[in-house]
Amino acid sequence: MADKTYNITFGGTGGQGILKAAEICGWAAMYAGYHVKKSEVHGMAQRGGSVESHIRFGKKIFSPLVQQGGADILLCFHPEEHDRLKSFLKADGKDLMEYLEKAKAAIENPRHLNTFLVGVLSAYLPIKPDCWQKAIEAVFKKKYVEENKGVFLKGREMGQL
Amino acid sequence: MSKKALLSGDEALAFGAYEAGLKVACAYPGTPSTEILETLATFPELDVQWSVNEKVAYEVALGAAISGVRSLFACKHVGLNVAMDPLMTSSYTGILAGFVVVVCDDPGMHSSQNEQDTRWVSIYAKLPMLEPASPREAKEYVKQAFEISEKFDTPVILRMTTRVAHTKEDVTLGDRVVPQQPPFERNIAKYVMVPGNAYGRHIFVEQRLNKLKALSEKTKFNRIEPGDKKIGFITSGVSYQYLKETYPDASYLKLGMTYPFCDDKIRAFAKTVKKLYVVEELDPFLEEHIKSLGLKCHAKDPSFRIGELLPELMPAVVKGEVKHEIKAVTRKPRLCPDCPHWATFATLKKLDFYVAGDIGCYTLACLPPTSALHSCLCMGAGVTFNEGWRKGAPDKKIVGVVGDSTFVHSGITGLINAAYNKAKGVIFILDNSTTAMTGGQQHPATGLTIRNEPTKKLILEDLCRACGADNVDVIDPKNRAEFDALVEKRINEDALSVIISRHPCKLLRQ
Repeated sequence: MADKTYNITFGGTGGQGILKAAEICGWAAMYAGYHVKKSEVHGMAQRGGSVESHIRFGKKIFSPLVQQGGADILLCFHPEEHDRLKSFLKADGKDLMEYLEKAKAAIENPRHLNTFLVGVLSAYLPIKPDCWQKAIEAVFKKKYVEENKGVFLKGREMGQL
Repeated sequence: MSKKALLSGDEALAFGAYEAGLKVACAYPGTPSTEILETLATFPELDVQWSVNEKVAYEVALGAAISGVRSLFACKHVGLNVAMDPLMTSSYTGILAGFVVVVCDDPGMHSSQNEQDTRWVSIYAKLPMLEPASPREAKEYVKQAFEISEKFDTPVILRMTTRVAHTKEDVTLGDRVVPQQPPFERNIAKYVMVPGNAYGRHIFVEQRLNKLKALSEKTKFNRIEPGDKKIGFITSGVSYQYLKETYPDASYLKLGMTYPFCDDKIRAFAKTVKKLYVVEELDPFLEEHIKSLGLKCHAKDPSFRIGELLPELMPAVVKGEVKHEIKAVTRKPRLCPDCPHWATFATLKKLDFYVAGDIGCYTLACLPPTSALHSCLCMGAGVTFNEGWRKGAPDKKIVGVVGDSTFVHSGITGLINAAYNKAKGVIFILDNSTTAMTGGQQHPATGLTIRNEPTKKLILEDLCRACGADNVDVIDPKNRAEFDALVEKRINEDALSVIISRHPCKLLRQ
């Protein structure tokens, strides 16, 4: 288990599956033995508004929010939301924006975008594959688990290239 | 090995209450508190309900506690306003089995109409208050809240904020332990609050406060974390978490039981540090009390009483700087494409009505370019503002709108009032057959319970007729021409009319 604290900011618009994506990541970090905090905002945001979620994991986490300029990784599902949230990224942080269009092109079902991008993200995090698999089992309804595992792996392959 | 789960503050609280032997839970949905009841409803052995409104929920849950089972009421901050009547006197009656009042405040108004700070209620109602700062604490504190409730014969307020309620954390789950049930007995002196009895109970309440203060002094929930003696923070809730990121080496007095105040502990902590800071979200609740003790402390500039605190704001808050307002560029929520409310509001806009609004998804019709909703105050005021506005502006074309769930919550009494007092006009019940804004919860007019079990269905059209409406029409607003014609007809009549604009929310699961 790494000593470092990992900070990830997710962003997009209501209905894109941002919270689900962050949820998978949170469960995976938990299964990997980290202390995890994940923040999100519900309610009105669901009506097409901006949605963001922050995940922080490490040995001991206090704030559930990533600070401006504190994100190791930024994962956005929408270019305009990316413009809004890029101030969260550390100077040497990893911006996964380059994968958005590639991911859209790689998936058949648009509903799979979130799981695919989590697959990409997984390639940048010190969390073992079995933790991700368990996280997908925890987050999705049984009948969607297998297809999401497949989508996740394709995303992970793209992230590892 | 014990089981772990990634739970929100709401969910963790629900698991904690379940493990503490909770039996009855009541609420009306309200962001950010909704998931507490939704989680509790997944445990089949619990008696869990969406109540008609918060007042009803509070009374049912309190009644259950007085009958001998551990009970819980949950609401958002503005929901507590609706339940204030029973809450104030329940401080006098006390309980038999444990009773916890969970309130979720919404600093920053992510999904609310104001930023009221519930901590003041604990002083006003003379009730103890716990403030967890994380989901793990929410689970631990709710268990303790039941113990305090029973030991001190009091409802216990458990206050969270959006950033605690909607933060998820890895939490360890435990077993459910149901305490032995005390027998339900008649106790007129305790439960009949006529003046003579209430006087005696008020004496009890004041004595109870002294005992609770002693608890506040010794509880581990009010924790001193010694560190650098130069800087000491007194803080609570999520502010503690933000401070620890920025000032990891400072000394802390982290308050988890924020009322009654632990004056001795506060004084003792103040003596150990060179500079004392009070950091809290919203109102100067701790600050004013600590200053009243004659202690010198630094606190945030009043500009930071508005909106939520964020981790990156901590240095400015601590230094007492004025808040630098940054214009939010977030994408604003709007009604879904194809939402039935669009059709209703197209007509209201075309006819240039003054529209008294209410609380729900349809409040978003106030946004440009529609701009066809002209007030949003509280639950039910869409009905009563129609009546009020007509008094000063009889020449204007005034209507009221209210959602189906909101009408059942607080609109019915307003409609009866309008009929009784000979008010006229058209009230639209925007019936999308769900509580949409909070994520689609059931209510009496959907005919389904919180667990989606069939139940008696409230027939809104029958109810409106019984309330005294002269005309009650049910119509699908998507039949545009027919809808327009009906609205034009009703607005020109000297009558009190209800138009139930009925089309199910498109987000409803088929």
